[in-house]
Amino acid sequence: MKHELVNKPDFDVLVLSGDIDLHHSPTLRERILSSLKGGRPLLIDMQEVSYIDSSGIASLVEGFQTAKSSNLHFGLLSISSPTLQVLAITRLDKIFSLYETEDSFIEILEL
Amino acid sequence: MTQETAIEIRDLVVEYGNRRILNSIDLDIPLGQISVIMGGSGAGKSTLLRSMLGLKKPTSGAIRMLGTDICTASPGQLQEFRKQMGVAFQGGALFTSMTVGENIQLPLRQHTRLDENTIQIMTRIKLDMVNMLPHEHLMPSELSGGMTKRAALARAIIMDPKLLFFDEPSAGLDPITSAELDELIIKLKQSMNMTIVVVTHELESVFKIADRIAILGDGGLILAGTPEEIRASDDPRVVGLLNRTPRQVNVDVDQHLRRLSGLQEASDKK
Repeated sequence: MKHELVNKPDFDVLVLSGDIDLHHSPTLRERILSSLKGGRPLLIDMQEVSYIDSSGIASLVEGFQTAKSSNLHFGLLSISSPTLQVLAITRLDKIFSLYETEDSFIEILEL
Repeated sequence: MTQETAIEIRDLVVEYGNRRILNSIDLDIPLGQISVIMGGSGAGKSTLLRSMLGLKKPTSGAIRMLGTDICTASPGQLQEFRKQMGVAFQGGALFTSMTVGENIQLPLRQHTRLDENTIQIMTRIKLDMVNMLPHEHLMPSELSGGMTKRAALARAIIMDPKLLFFDEPSAGLDPITSAELDELIIKLKQSMNMTIVVVTHELESVFKIADRIAILGDGGLILAGTPEEIRASDDPRVVGLLNRTPRQVNVDVDQHLRRLSGLQEASDKK
Protein backbone atom coordinates (compact mmCIF):
# COMPACT_ATOMS: atom_id res chain seq x y z
CA MET A 1 0.00 0.00 0.00
CA LYS A 2 1.17 3.51 -0.83
CA HIS A 3 -0.37 6.56 0.78
CA GLU A 4 -0.12 10.31 0.44
CA LEU A 5 -1.89 13.01 2.41
CA VAL A 6 -2.83 16.01 0.27
CA ASN A 7 -3.93 19.19 2.07
CA LYS A 8 -6.69 21.01 0.21
CA PRO A 9 -7.98 24.41 1.34
CA ASP A 10 -10.93 23.03 3.31
CA PHE A 11 -10.20 19.34 3.74
CA ASP A 12 -7.55 16.64 3.48
CA VAL A 13 -7.37 13.87 0.91
CA LEU A 14 -5.64 10.60 1.79
CA VAL A 15 -4.69 9.04 -1.54
CA LEU A 16 -4.23 5.27 -1.29
CA SER A 17 -2.98 2.75 -3.82
CA GLY A 18 -2.14 -0.95 -4.01
CA ASP A 19 -3.25 -3.72 -1.68
CA ILE A 20 -4.47 -2.99 1.84
CA ASP A 21 -4.24 -6.08 4.01
CA LEU A 22 -3.30 -7.15 7.53
CA HIS A 23 0.23 -5.84 7.04
CA HIS A 24 -0.82 -2.37 5.89
CA SER A 25 -4.02 -1.65 7.81
CA PRO A 26 -2.21 -0.49 11.00
CA THR A 27 -0.50 2.21 8.88
CA LEU A 28 -3.82 3.14 7.27
CA ARG A 29 -5.46 3.40 10.70
CA GLU A 30 -2.67 5.60 12.02
CA ARG A 31 -2.78 7.87 8.94
CA ILE A 32 -6.54 8.32 9.14
CA LEU A 33 -6.66 8.98 12.88
CA SER A 34 -3.71 11.38 12.84
CA SER A 35 -5.24 13.32 9.95
CA LEU A 36 -8.58 13.59 11.75
CA LYS A 37 -6.79 14.92 14.84
CA GLY A 38 -6.16 18.06 12.77
CA GLY A 39 -9.91 18.71 12.88
CA ARG A 40 -10.38 18.78 9.09
CA PRO A 41 -12.80 16.78 6.93
CA LEU A 42 -11.16 13.76 5.29
CA LEU A 43 -11.71 12.21 1.90
CA ILE A 44 -10.09 8.82 1.27
CA ASP A 45 -9.23 8.45 -2.43
CA MET A 46 -9.47 4.74 -3.20
CA GLN A 47 -9.33 4.85 -6.98
CA GLU A 48 -5.96 3.05 -7.12
CA VAL A 49 -6.73 0.52 -4.37
CA SER A 50 -6.55 -2.94 -5.93
CA TYR A 51 -7.60 -4.90 -2.84
CA ILE A 52 -8.75 -4.15 0.68
CA ASP A 53 -9.35 -6.80 3.32
CA SER A 54 -11.53 -6.57 6.39
CA SER A 55 -8.70 -5.18 8.56
CA GLY A 56 -8.50 -2.26 6.11
CA ILE A 57 -12.25 -1.85 6.18
CA ALA A 58 -12.12 -1.93 10.00
CA SER A 59 -9.66 1.00 9.84
CA LEU A 60 -12.10 2.90 7.61
CA VAL A 61 -14.97 2.14 10.02
CA GLU A 62 -12.94 3.42 12.98
CA GLY A 63 -12.00 6.53 11.00
CA PHE A 64 -15.62 7.16 10.08
CA GLN A 65 -16.72 6.71 13.69
CA THR A 66 -13.98 9.07 14.93
CA ALA A 67 -14.89 11.70 12.33
CA LYS A 68 -18.56 11.41 13.17
CA SER A 69 -17.97 11.92 16.87
CA SER A 70 -15.95 15.06 16.01
CA ASN A 71 -18.63 16.30 13.57
CA LEU A 72 -16.24 16.02 10.64
CA HIS A 73 -17.15 14.86 7.16
CA PHE A 74 -15.51 11.58 6.16
CA GLY A 75 -15.92 10.23 2.66
CA LEU A 76 -14.65 7.50 0.38
CA LEU A 77 -13.83 8.49 -3.19
CA SER A 78 -13.92 6.27 -6.30
CA ILE A 79 -14.55 2.90 -4.72
CA SER A 80 -13.89 0.04 -7.12
CA SER A 81 -16.54 -2.56 -7.84
CA PRO A 82 -14.80 -5.41 -5.90
CA THR A 83 -14.37 -3.16 -2.85
CA LEU A 84 -18.00 -2.11 -3.11
CA GLN A 85 -19.01 -5.78 -3.03
CA VAL A 86 -17.02 -6.31 0.16
CA LEU A 87 -18.74 -3.29 1.71
CA ALA A 88 -22.14 -4.43 0.48
CA ILE A 89 -21.98 -7.86 2.11
CA THR A 90 -21.88 -6.13 5.50
CA ARG A 91 -24.15 -3.25 4.43
CA LEU A 92 -21.31 -0.78 4.95
CA ASP A 93 -22.06 0.65 1.50
CA LYS A 94 -25.14 2.16 3.17
CA ILE A 95 -23.11 3.52 6.10
CA PHE A 96 -20.14 5.20 4.46
CA SER A 97 -20.52 8.36 2.40
CA LEU A 98 -19.35 7.34 -1.07
CA TYR A 99 -18.35 9.89 -3.71
CA GLU A 100 -17.57 9.51 -7.37
CA THR A 101 -15.83 12.87 -7.67
CA GLU A 102 -13.98 15.22 -5.36
CA ASP A 103 -16.39 17.99 -6.40
CA SER A 104 -19.36 16.09 -4.99
CA PHE A 105 -17.55 15.89 -1.63
CA ILE A 106 -16.89 19.65 -1.78
CA GLU A 107 -20.57 20.26 -2.48
CA ILE A 108 -21.48 18.40 0.72
CA LEU A 109 -18.97 20.47 2.71
CA GLU A 110 -20.52 23.66 1.39
CA LEU A 111 -24.04 22.75 2.45
CA MET B 1 -8.35 -20.81 -21.79
CA THR B 2 -6.44 -22.32 -18.93
CA GLN B 3 -7.93 -21.86 -15.52
CA GLU B 4 -5.68 -20.88 -12.64
CA THR B 5 -5.39 -23.66 -10.10
CA ALA B 6 -5.48 -23.10 -6.34
CA ILE B 7 -4.92 -26.71 -5.30
CA GLU B 8 -3.24 -29.47 -7.31
CA ILE B 9 -3.54 -32.99 -6.01
CA ARG B 10 -1.38 -35.56 -7.74
CA ASP B 11 -1.36 -39.33 -7.33
CA LEU B 12 -2.47 -39.00 -3.71
CA VAL B 13 -2.51 -42.16 -1.64
CA VAL B 14 -3.62 -42.06 2.00
CA GLU B 15 -3.68 -45.04 4.32
CA TYR B 16 -4.68 -45.59 7.92
CA GLY B 17 -2.52 -48.51 9.02
CA ASN B 18 -3.00 -51.18 6.37
CA ARG B 19 -6.26 -49.68 5.17
CA ARG B 20 -6.01 -47.67 1.97
CA ILE B 21 -8.57 -44.84 2.12
CA LEU B 22 -7.57 -42.79 -0.92
CA ASN B 23 -6.05 -44.41 -3.96
CA SER B 24 -4.17 -42.38 -6.56
CA ILE B 25 -6.29 -39.24 -6.53
CA ASP B 26 -5.59 -36.57 -9.17
CA LEU B 27 -7.66 -33.43 -8.73
CA ASP B 28 -7.39 -29.71 -9.55
CA ILE B 29 -9.29 -27.12 -7.50
CA PRO B 30 -9.63 -23.91 -9.56
CA LEU B 31 -8.83 -20.50 -8.08
CA GLY B 32 -11.73 -18.28 -7.02
CA GLN B 33 -14.40 -20.94 -7.47
CA ILE B 34 -16.53 -23.13 -5.24
CA SER B 35 -15.51 -26.77 -5.54
CA VAL B 36 -17.64 -29.40 -3.88
CA ILE B 37 -16.27 -32.78 -2.91
CA MET B 38 -19.03 -35.30 -2.57
CA GLY B 39 -19.49 -39.02 -2.21
CA GLY B 40 -21.21 -41.53 -0.02
CA SER B 41 -20.22 -42.37 3.53
CA GLY B 42 -16.77 -43.94 3.64
CA ALA B 43 -15.88 -42.60 0.19
CA GLY B 44 -12.85 -40.78 1.59
CA LYS B 45 -14.20 -37.20 1.60
CA SER B 46 -13.10 -36.40 5.13
CA THR B 47 -9.72 -38.03 4.62
CA LEU B 48 -9.14 -35.93 1.51
CA LEU B 49 -10.12 -32.82 3.46
CA ARG B 50 -7.81 -33.74 6.36
CA SER B 51 -4.98 -34.30 3.88
CA MET B 52 -5.55 -30.90 2.27
CA LEU B 53 -5.51 -29.27 5.70
CA GLY B 54 -2.20 -30.95 6.50
CA LEU B 55 -3.81 -32.88 9.36
CA LYS B 56 -3.21 -36.28 7.75
CA LYS B 57 0.11 -36.97 6.08
CA PRO B 58 -0.40 -38.86 2.83
CA THR B 59 1.36 -42.16 2.22
CA SER B 60 2.50 -40.83 -1.15
CA GLY B 61 1.63 -38.19 -3.73
CA ALA B 62 1.59 -34.40 -3.66
CA ILE B 63 -0.77 -31.62 -2.66
CA ARG B 64 0.29 -28.20 -3.92
CA MET B 65 -1.77 -25.36 -2.49
CA LEU B 66 -1.19 -21.87 -3.86
CA GLY B 67 2.20 -23.12 -5.01
CA THR B 68 3.26 -24.73 -1.71
CA ASP B 69 3.63 -28.52 -1.47
CA ILE B 70 2.07 -29.09 1.92
CA CYS B 71 3.16 -32.74 1.99
CA THR B 72 6.82 -31.75 2.15
CA ALA B 73 6.44 -28.42 3.98
CA SER B 74 8.13 -28.07 7.37
CA PRO B 75 5.89 -27.53 10.43
CA GLY B 76 6.94 -23.85 10.38
CA GLN B 77 6.05 -23.46 6.70
CA LEU B 78 2.75 -25.24 7.30
CA GLN B 79 1.96 -22.92 10.20
CA GLU B 80 2.70 -19.88 8.02
CA PHE B 81 0.67 -21.30 5.14
CA ARG B 82 -2.34 -21.93 7.37
CA LYS B 83 -2.75 -18.16 7.79
CA GLN B 84 -4.06 -18.19 4.23
CA MET B 85 -6.55 -20.94 5.04
CA GLY B 86 -9.84 -20.86 6.90
CA VAL B 87 -11.59 -24.00 8.06
CA ALA B 88 -15.16 -24.37 9.30
CA PHE B 89 -15.37 -27.79 10.89
CA GLN B 90 -18.54 -29.82 10.83
CA GLY B 91 -19.17 -29.59 14.56
CA GLY B 92 -18.00 -25.98 14.78
CA ALA B 93 -14.98 -26.77 17.00
CA LEU B 94 -15.66 -23.64 19.03
CA PHE B 95 -13.92 -23.30 22.39
CA THR B 96 -16.66 -23.81 24.95
CA SER B 97 -15.05 -21.57 27.57
CA MET B 98 -15.05 -18.54 25.26
CA THR B 99 -17.88 -16.38 23.94
CA VAL B 100 -18.71 -16.41 20.24
CA GLY B 101 -16.83 -13.13 19.79
CA GLU B 102 -13.74 -14.40 21.60
CA ASN B 103 -13.74 -17.57 19.49
CA ILE B 104 -13.86 -15.53 16.30
CA GLN B 105 -11.05 -13.20 17.41
CA LEU B 106 -8.74 -16.04 18.32
CA PRO B 107 -6.87 -16.30 14.95
CA LEU B 108 -6.30 -12.53 14.94
CA ARG B 109 -4.87 -12.61 18.45
CA GLN B 110 -2.65 -15.59 17.58
CA HIS B 111 -1.35 -14.39 14.23
CA THR B 112 -1.48 -10.58 14.19
CA ARG B 113 -0.65 -7.57 16.31
CA LEU B 114 -3.60 -5.51 15.20
CA ASP B 115 -4.96 -2.75 17.39
CA GLU B 116 -7.73 -3.83 19.78
CA ASN B 117 -10.26 -1.53 18.07
CA THR B 118 -9.45 -3.09 14.69
CA ILE B 119 -9.88 -6.58 16.13
CA GLN B 120 -13.24 -5.69 17.65
CA ILE B 121 -14.52 -4.07 14.44
CA MET B 122 -13.29 -6.98 12.27
CA THR B 123 -15.03 -9.41 14.59
CA ARG B 124 -18.31 -7.53 14.28
CA ILE B 125 -17.93 -7.22 10.49
CA LYS B 126 -17.60 -11.01 10.24
CA LEU B 127 -20.41 -11.64 12.72
CA ASP B 128 -22.62 -9.35 10.65
CA MET B 129 -21.68 -11.23 7.47
CA VAL B 130 -23.00 -14.46 8.96
CA ASN B 131 -26.01 -12.78 10.64
CA MET B 132 -24.64 -13.43 14.12
CA LEU B 133 -23.98 -9.87 15.28
CA PRO B 134 -26.59 -9.95 18.08
CA HIS B 135 -25.03 -13.14 19.47
CA GLU B 136 -21.45 -11.96 20.00
CA HIS B 137 -21.55 -12.45 23.76
CA LEU B 138 -23.27 -15.84 23.83
CA MET B 139 -21.40 -18.98 24.85
CA PRO B 140 -21.20 -21.87 22.34
CA SER B 141 -23.48 -23.96 24.58
CA GLU B 142 -26.24 -21.38 24.04
CA LEU B 143 -26.15 -21.68 20.22
CA SER B 144 -28.38 -23.73 17.92
CA GLY B 145 -26.81 -25.99 15.27
CA GLY B 146 -27.19 -23.35 12.56
CA MET B 147 -25.76 -20.62 14.79
CA THR B 148 -22.78 -22.82 15.66
CA LYS B 149 -22.05 -23.39 11.95
CA ARG B 150 -22.30 -19.66 11.23
CA ALA B 151 -20.03 -18.80 14.17
CA ALA B 152 -17.51 -21.38 12.93
CA LEU B 153 -17.71 -19.82 9.47
CA ALA B 154 -17.12 -16.33 10.92
CA ARG B 155 -14.00 -17.61 12.67
CA ALA B 156 -12.85 -19.35 9.47
CA ILE B 157 -13.02 -16.09 7.48
CA ILE B 158 -11.77 -13.68 10.14
CA MET B 159 -8.29 -13.50 8.51
CA ASP B 160 -9.76 -13.09 4.99
CA PRO B 161 -8.28 -16.40 3.87
CA LYS B 162 -7.55 -17.14 0.23
CA LEU B 163 -8.73 -20.70 0.75
CA LEU B 164 -11.83 -21.61 2.72
CA PHE B 165 -12.68 -25.20 3.62
CA PHE B 166 -16.17 -25.98 4.82
CA ASP B 167 -16.95 -29.46 6.13
CA GLU B 168 -20.61 -30.49 5.79
CA PRO B 169 -22.18 -27.01 6.07
CA SER B 170 -25.74 -28.32 5.77
CA ALA B 171 -25.52 -31.42 7.94
CA GLY B 172 -28.17 -31.43 10.64
CA LEU B 173 -29.69 -28.10 9.63
CA ASP B 174 -33.27 -27.26 8.68
CA PRO B 175 -33.80 -26.45 4.96
CA ILE B 176 -34.10 -22.68 5.50
CA THR B 177 -30.93 -22.35 7.58
CA SER B 178 -29.18 -24.61 5.11
CA ALA B 179 -30.29 -22.43 2.16
CA GLU B 180 -29.10 -19.30 4.01
CA LEU B 181 -25.66 -20.85 4.50
CA ASP B 182 -25.52 -21.73 0.80
CA GLU B 183 -26.29 -18.10 -0.09
CA LEU B 184 -23.60 -16.93 2.27
CA ILE B 185 -20.99 -19.24 0.72
CA ILE B 186 -21.82 -17.88 -2.74
CA LYS B 187 -21.61 -14.27 -1.49
CA LEU B 188 -18.21 -14.95 0.09
CA LYS B 189 -16.88 -16.23 -3.21
CA GLN B 190 -18.26 -13.26 -5.13
CA SER B 191 -17.30 -10.49 -2.74
CA MET B 192 -14.04 -11.78 -1.28
CA ASN B 193 -12.83 -13.78 -4.28
CA MET B 194 -12.16 -16.81 -2.10
CA THR B 195 -11.41 -20.28 -3.36
CA ILE B 196 -13.89 -22.39 -1.45
CA VAL B 197 -13.84 -26.15 -0.96
CA VAL B 198 -17.01 -27.65 0.47
CA VAL B 199 -17.30 -31.25 1.55
CA THR B 200 -20.89 -32.40 1.58
CA HIS B 201 -23.33 -35.03 0.45
CA GLU B 202 -26.37 -32.73 0.46
CA LEU B 203 -27.37 -32.84 -3.22
CA GLU B 204 -29.60 -29.76 -3.19
CA SER B 205 -26.80 -27.68 -1.71
CA VAL B 206 -24.21 -29.13 -4.10
CA PHE B 207 -25.99 -28.05 -7.27
CA LYS B 208 -26.83 -24.65 -5.83
CA ILE B 209 -23.32 -23.60 -4.86
CA ALA B 210 -20.84 -25.64 -6.93
CA ASP B 211 -18.80 -24.35 -9.84
CA ARG B 212 -16.99 -27.70 -9.89
CA ILE B 213 -17.87 -31.06 -8.37
CA ALA B 214 -15.57 -33.97 -7.55
CA ILE B 215 -17.19 -37.29 -6.73
CA LEU B 216 -15.28 -39.80 -4.66
CA GLY B 217 -16.16 -43.45 -4.35
CA ASP B 218 -14.34 -46.42 -2.85
CA GLY B 219 -11.25 -44.31 -2.26
CA GLY B 220 -10.93 -43.17 -5.86
CA LEU B 221 -12.01 -40.15 -7.86
CA ILE B 222 -15.00 -41.26 -9.90
CA LEU B 223 -15.55 -38.01 -11.77
CA ALA B 224 -14.71 -34.31 -11.60
CA GLY B 225 -16.41 -31.64 -13.65
CA THR B 226 -18.97 -28.88 -13.83
CA PRO B 227 -22.45 -29.52 -12.37
CA GLU B 228 -23.70 -29.96 -15.96
CA GLU B 229 -21.02 -32.57 -16.70
CA ILE B 230 -21.85 -34.41 -13.48
CA ARG B 231 -25.56 -34.41 -14.29
CA ALA B 232 -24.87 -35.69 -17.79
CA SER B 233 -22.69 -38.57 -16.58
CA ASP B 234 -23.90 -42.09 -17.26
CA ASP B 235 -21.43 -43.65 -14.83
CA PRO B 236 -23.67 -45.89 -12.70
CA ARG B 237 -21.90 -44.81 -9.48
CA VAL B 238 -22.58 -41.14 -10.26
CA VAL B 239 -26.14 -41.83 -11.34
CA GLY B 240 -26.65 -43.90 -8.18
CA LEU B 241 -25.35 -41.10 -5.98
CA LEU B 242 -27.50 -38.45 -7.68
CA ASN B 243 -30.61 -40.63 -7.61
CA ARG B 244 -29.90 -41.82 -4.07
CA THR B 245 -29.96 -45.43 -5.22
CA PRO B 246 -28.73 -47.90 -2.58
CA ARG B 247 -25.38 -49.44 -3.51
CA GLN B 248 -25.52 -52.91 -5.04
CA VAL B 249 -23.03 -55.13 -3.27
CA ASN B 250 -21.83 -58.22 -5.07
CA VAL B 251 -21.69 -61.06 -2.58
CA ASP B 252 -19.26 -63.89 -2.89
CA VAL B 253 -21.20 -66.59 -1.06
CA ASP B 254 -18.22 -68.62 0.12
CA GLN B 255 -16.25 -65.57 1.25
CA HIS B 256 -19.27 -64.05 3.01
CA LEU B 257 -19.96 -67.32 4.85
CA ARG B 258 -16.32 -67.52 5.91
CA ARG B 259 -16.52 -63.91 7.22
CA LEU B 260 -19.70 -64.54 9.20
CA SER B 261 -18.35 -67.71 10.72
CA GLY B 262 -15.03 -66.06 11.61
CA LEU B 263 -13.00 -68.29 9.31
CA GLN B 264 -11.94 -65.37 7.10
CA GLU B 265 -10.58 -63.41 10.07
CA ALA B 266 -8.66 -66.43 11.25
CA SER B 267 -7.09 -66.92 7.83
CA ASP B 268 -6.26 -63.16 7.59
CA LYS B 269 -4.31 -63.38 10.85
CA LYS B 270 -2.14 -66.22 9.60
